[in-house]
Amino acid sequence: MSQITIKNAVKRYGSTTVISGLSLDIRDGELFTLLGPSGCGKTTLLRMIAGFNSIEGGDFYFNGERINDKEPNKRNIGMVFQNYAIFPHLTVRENVAFGLKNRKLDRATIARETDRFLDMMQIRQYADRLPENLSGGQQQRVALARALVIRPDVLLMDEPLSNLDAKLRLEMRQAIRDIQKEVGITTVYVTHDQEEAMSISDTIAVMRDGAIQHLGTPRDLYQRPGNLFVATFIGRTNILPGELRGGALVLPSGYAVEAPDWQDIPDQKVQVSVRPEEFVIGPAGAAGIPGTVVDSVYLGLNTHYIVDIGLEQKAELIRESTIDDEVVPGSQISLTVKREKINLFDQQGEHNLLRG
Amino acid sequence: MKDNNRFRLDTWGAITLAVLGLYLLFMVYPLGNLIKMAFYGDNGFTLDNFVKFFSKQYYSSTLGNSFKVSLAATITSLLVGVPMAYFFAMYRIRGKGLLRILIIISSMSAPFVGAYAWILLLGRNGVVTNFLQNLLGISVPDIYGFNGMLLVFTTQLFSLIFLYVAGALSKVDNSLLEASENMGCVGVRRFFTVVLPLITPTVLAGALLVFIRALSDFGTPMLIGEGYRTFPVILYTEFVGEVSQNKGFASAIAVIAIIITTVVFYAQNFVSKRKSFSMNSLHPIEPKPLRGVKGILVYVFCYVVVGIAILPQVYVLYTSFKKTSGTIYVDGYSLDSYINMFTRLGSSIQNTLIIPVVALVAVVLLAVLIAYLSVRRRNALTSTVDVLSMVPYIIPGTVVGIALVTSFNHKPLAFTGTMFIMAMALVIRRLPYTIRSSVAILQQIPITIEEAALSLGSPKMKTFFQITVPMMSSGIISGAILSWVTMISELSTAMILYTGRTQTLTVAIYTQIIRGNYGIAAAMASVLTVITVISLLVFNRFSKNGEITM
Ligand SMILES: Nc1ncnc2c1ncn2[C@@H]1O[C@H](COP(=O)(O)OP(=O)(O)OP(=O)(O)O)[C@@H](O)[C@H]1O
Ligand SMILES: [Mg+2]
Repeated sequence: MSQITIKNAVKRYGSTTVISGLSLDIRDGELFTLLGPSGCGKTTLLRMIAGFNSIEGGDFYFNGERINDKEPNKRNIGMVFQNYAIFPHLTVRENVAFGLKNRKLDRATIARETDRFLDMMQIRQYADRLPENLSGGQQQRVALARALVIRPDVLLMDEPLSNLDAKLRLEMRQAIRDIQKEVGITTVYVTHDQEEAMSISDTIAVMRDGAIQHLGTPRDLYQRPGNLFVATFIGRTNILPGELRGGALVLPSGYAVEAPDWQDIPDQKVQVSVRPEEFVIGPAGAAGIPGTVVDSVYLGLNTHYIVDIGLEQKAELIRESTIDDEVVPGSQISLTVKREKINLFDQQGEHNLLRG
Repeated sequence: MKDNNRFRLDTWGAITLAVLGLYLLFMVYPLGNLIKMAFYGDNGFTLDNFVKFFSKQYYSSTLGNSFKVSLAATITSLLVGVPMAYFFAMYRIRGKGLLRILIIISSMSAPFVGAYAWILLLGRNGVVTNFLQNLLGISVPDIYGFNGMLLVFTTQLFSLIFLYVAGALSKVDNSLLEASENMGCVGVRRFFTVVLPLITPTVLAGALLVFIRALSDFGTPMLIGEGYRTFPVILYTEFVGEVSQNKGFASAIAVIAIIITTVVFYAQNFVSKRKSFSMNSLHPIEPKPLRGVKGILVYVFCYVVVGIAILPQVYVLYTSFKKTSGTIYVDGYSLDSYINMFTRLGSSIQNTLIIPVVALVAVVLLAVLIAYLSVRRRNALTSTVDVLSMVPYIIPGTVVGIALVTSFNHKPLAFTGTMFIMAMALVIRRLPYTIRSSVAILQQIPITIEEAALSLGSPKMKTFFQITVPMMSSGIISGAILSWVTMISELSTAMILYTGRTQTLTVAIYTQIIRGNYGIAAAMASVLTVITVISLLVFNRFSKNGEITM
């Protein structure tokens, strides 16, 4: 079991700096996810933790012990690679037992532990096959078993589900979650799929350009995103221009809302993030932002609307479907917002004004 | 972890240094020595050797001769090899598998055996010559000199082009052909506008190899060249010349040879760099059935070419069973040649097995290590090793031999005349090929597999030997067998390096031919062919796709 601390990590490839001074703490036993768009440096950071990338600056600690110069094979990590990296010339059983053999355990222990994890991953029946005859999902489970059987202090996973079809991905996601909780192992998980991150993580670090934008629980991330990038990257949202005046938020067309939380925030121009479900549709002429419905899509549980509110970007909103839908394209409506849910950012979008 | 692409004195760093040391000692030093001998006489720096070479027609004409015959051989090999590979890829041809094997066998045999067989067939007293002369009164064109060399080179070296191009064509996607067919471009026009541009880099690479092989071949011009003297011939005669030995002059000729091959190498590189692109076919070309006159022509072409290419081997095998009296063949058949062979062989059979085996072990080990260094640990030192390892690719075998002999003939490095130096020569000459194929294999293996092993607690060298090497093994084994085959038929270096004790089978065959003991020579050559064929059969078992990389 292990706790990971990174202080001011720097990574350069030649003259380009990919990560400049990144710090974070990963608690013992949690499932920590690095989430971010392609090329933001997730894999790079993960491989620095694993010891496969050189470190150009900063310090990495496992349980307070500095590991910068520790060889990868001495770090006691389990790693699940994006392409699984199963040894093709070894059987499933030999793959799983590989790490145990390096630990010079006796035969009986190796056999027992190997079987235990083959069973846990439900791949016992393939134990004597060569990996090339396995499906993607089966290979993935071999990779997981191989990484877990050595009882690593830290489990690292780099987009382990990206090669699987949608159904298998859901199943495996749950399996990873269950096993991680059961074994209670500190896990760093990399993905660019935000839904996957939300469903699986204790803590998520949203990254962009090698820097952490927001670190928090899935709920925190969605409800109070740290900046505009996080708000738009996690889930969908509408960005509206607005202005705070004496604790009241004035939205386009002069619609004003007040909330107790906003009283202490200095007057300023703001960017307002309103998620599609944070709009409420009212009849035309009522207080709110007037708009015209451009399109509606019935999705069963919910109905999706595109509304022209006189801004360049049309507003997107969603609400639970009703029996007879009177809000058809062309209808005039008025939109209000759920004031306790929406988020206010400074003009540059760098800070969430509600996060103090 | 530290940066893998910067030099560190860990295990791999130490291996880098060791390999570099080997290259410095056994290649850079001998070649440097050679250059020194070319430019330094008894009275210090001199250009006399070069002046002598270029001012005497006797010597300088060999340059033109070598160039002419090599260029001609390259062109004819292309004219035969490219269409052949194209037909094989495009059409269903009966007996294709057998033809392919025969082509490979002919490509793997020693060229001078071919030269000798052609003399027996078409020479002054050849069977075909006599047959045509006596029965039909037709006189055969002179086989000696340029014509004969061209014939021998073409029949043997077109197979290299064939194998190269066949490999490239297997990577061309069928949809490209279908697309061009859709646009109304078929047949010969499609070949020139679509197929040929795609395989041009490969064709050029094959052409370079053919050119260098032809240019540096020693046995063929010695046997069939007669008055048509080429470079390696005067290099050899000047070096071992019984009348006068002039090491400085021989070295100068060697230096000129190196310059020529280097220029050709860079010219080829320059042309093919601009035309190269990578291909990967999901749907290989599907061979179509052949019909009509075109079909007959294709069949005739393929079978006649392969027939001619394999004829020398077959004929040598046949003559090995003929009765001999003294040095001439008489009517009837016997095993006498084989029986007599053993008295002349001395230790050459053992040598032919031992020396290449030793060399092979070293080649495989070094090639795998060097390939690993240059793929996974790129730094200034490993790049140097990389460049050094490719140098022998363009250096004629005779030159390698001379450089080694002159550099290691005194203490503390007195290796001349030992098996060690013969093995070393084979190692140096064969490494470029084996390294290249190992690099190609290694590049197919994702680095994450090694990282997975490291993360599971496996130390670096253990990972290399337990994970990386086994994954490379099928490729390494098939590469090693090909190396082995080329090593046992090697002549040009062995001719310079051998002594009575270290004589190899090829040297023995050559000596018997020169002495006119044709029966014994035929028996020995047949033994060599049998070893080659057996090796190739083993190769076929290990090779995944049967692809030959030379
Ligand atoms: N070996 C390398 N040499 C140079 N640049 C590199 C190297 N590896 C990664 N980079 C660069 O570093 C940046 C971060 O790459 P990284 O692979 O960490 O991204 P990622 O977040 O994992 O992306 P993805 O989601 O696409 O896997 C990218 O801009 C990439 O181009
Ligand atoms: Mg990545």
